[in-house]
Amino acid sequence: MRRFLLGSIVPVLFLGLWEISSRTGLLTLESLSRPSDILVAGIHGLLDGSLLLATLQTCEAALLGLAIAAVIGILCGAMLGLLPMLERITGPTIEALRPIPAIAFMPLALMMFGFGVTLEASIVAYACVWPILIVTVAAVRAIEPRLLDIADVLELPFWKRMLTIILPAAFARINVGLRVAAAISLVVAVTVEIVLDPRGLGYHLILASQELKIGLMYAQLVWLCILGYLLNAILRNVGTGSFTLWGSAR
Amino acid sequence: MQAIRKQGVRARPDECGAPALSIRDLSVSFGAPTAGGLTVLDHIDIDVRDGEFLCVVGSSGAGKTTLLRVLAGLFRPTQGAVLFNGRAISGPSRDRAIIFQDYSKALLPWRTVRGNVALSLEARGIPASRQDAVIDSLLAKMGLSAAKDKFPGQLSGGMQQRVQIARCLAQEPKILLMDEPFGALDAMTRQALQDEILQLAAEKQTTVVFITHDLEEAIYLGDRVAVLGGAPATIVEMIDVGLPRPRNQLTTRENAGFLAHRHRLFELLARFPSARGGAASTGRGQG
Repeated sequence: MRRFLLGSIVPVLFLGLWEISSRTGLLTLESLSRPSDILVAGIHGLLDGSLLLATLQTCEAALLGLAIAAVIGILCGAMLGLLPMLERITGPTIEALRPIPAIAFMPLALMMFGFGVTLEASIVAYACVWPILIVTVAAVRAIEPRLLDIADVLELPFWKRMLTIILPAAFARINVGLRVAAAISLVVAVTVEIVLDPRGLGYHLILASQELKIGLMYAQLVWLCILGYLLNAILRNVGTGSFTLWGSAR
Repeated sequence: MQAIRKQGVRARPDECGAPALSIRDLSVSFGAPTAGGLTVLDHIDIDVRDGEFLCVVGSSGAGKTTLLRVLAGLFRPTQGAVLFNGRAISGPSRDRAIIFQDYSKALLPWRTVRGNVALSLEARGIPASRQDAVIDSLLAKMGLSAAKDKFPGQLSGGMQQRVQIARCLAQEPKILLMDEPFGALDAMTRQALQDEILQLAAEKQTTVVFITHDLEEAIYLGDRVAVLGGAPATIVEMIDVGLPRPRNQLTTRENAGFLAHRHRLFELLARFPSARGGAASTGRGQG
């Protein structure tokens, strides 16, 4: 609680100064709204459901893309981590594909999928798969070799070995990659919406700015900030939560 | 080199039935011999009898762990073979459980004590409904019942090693391979575990190959003690312990035979030091 109070000093002061200076006429920039207007616009957006619908659309795309990236990234990463030979073969290809900005695939993805959630999710997945893949490779490499000895001696078949030894042992590290990817997923989803896809928070953001609804635009920005914070908090809890779940399950 | 090899005592074939484990002309080298490769084990021959408790001693870096990893099937020898029930082994098997010295690394930290033991049962395909009874009896036997729901990180070293032994017993192995299992424990815990493992081995008539650098431990536990010495290492002597069982921490260790063996082993290790200080590595081994 004390931490929370200390941490809230800066934002409260900032918002207070902002509100006062725009009311007293110190600030006259048209691109700046007032905190009170932003609050009103935000509440309005929440009440008429438009903000929530846009949020759902953005989250749908971001989470779908993230999920695809997680499955591909963790599976491929585990394979590459376990088989150094495979990594030597595919390494150069991965290094060549990785630097391509995911956004550059928008025209291609538009041709393939048309407008909609698939377009967004595919680009999000491309952007998110790399951090997950790279972290997973490193995480699997770092597994205590004794545990792999045990898997060998117990003659665990491939999937059993994956699920009971390798993924749990690597999970704490993989989770770091997932959290990085989660932040990226939101960024990419909103970007695709601003640039191309007429849905979600990004689209409403650009719409609000074009219609000069400055208060609404700011409200959406604040909302995105909250959303990102929540997403990270959820993933962090899922991380620690599932760790103990895995443990107590057996 | 030749002289040392000739001194190597070949173990006798078992008098009654086939040996549980036959090590035949086993050599392990790292790197190509022509390119300055390092030979660690040189023409090792041992027959481990069924139900025997065989201890292997040698100074640090003699190749004890390498030998045990080969027996487990975790490491492929350069030459020779290990026959298990008459057939050459080609890889690891649940029939040969291995207990590592570094117990803290050999347990799944995210599973409870019972979960760690259950791992072996899961590997054997025992249905969950029948696991509880097996686990409970094993934990009771190892004095772990109270720690059942604790995680390895919450246990002392001795308790962690007990968990590892329980997991290995849950494999129902034909052979227990133990790699300096009590080396990292304090003296009291070590003696308690020595007696427990003797009792377990006697109860189940399990064949045990026990690696140690502690000469007294080897004599106290073993039916025979193989001495690994020289560089590259050969079996320089095979001692028949011949002390009465059950052994007793006080009387056995005061027995004249015990002291004579101790004397002999001490001399042997002084005469056949290993050339290296434990620098070898066998894949995931620790040298």
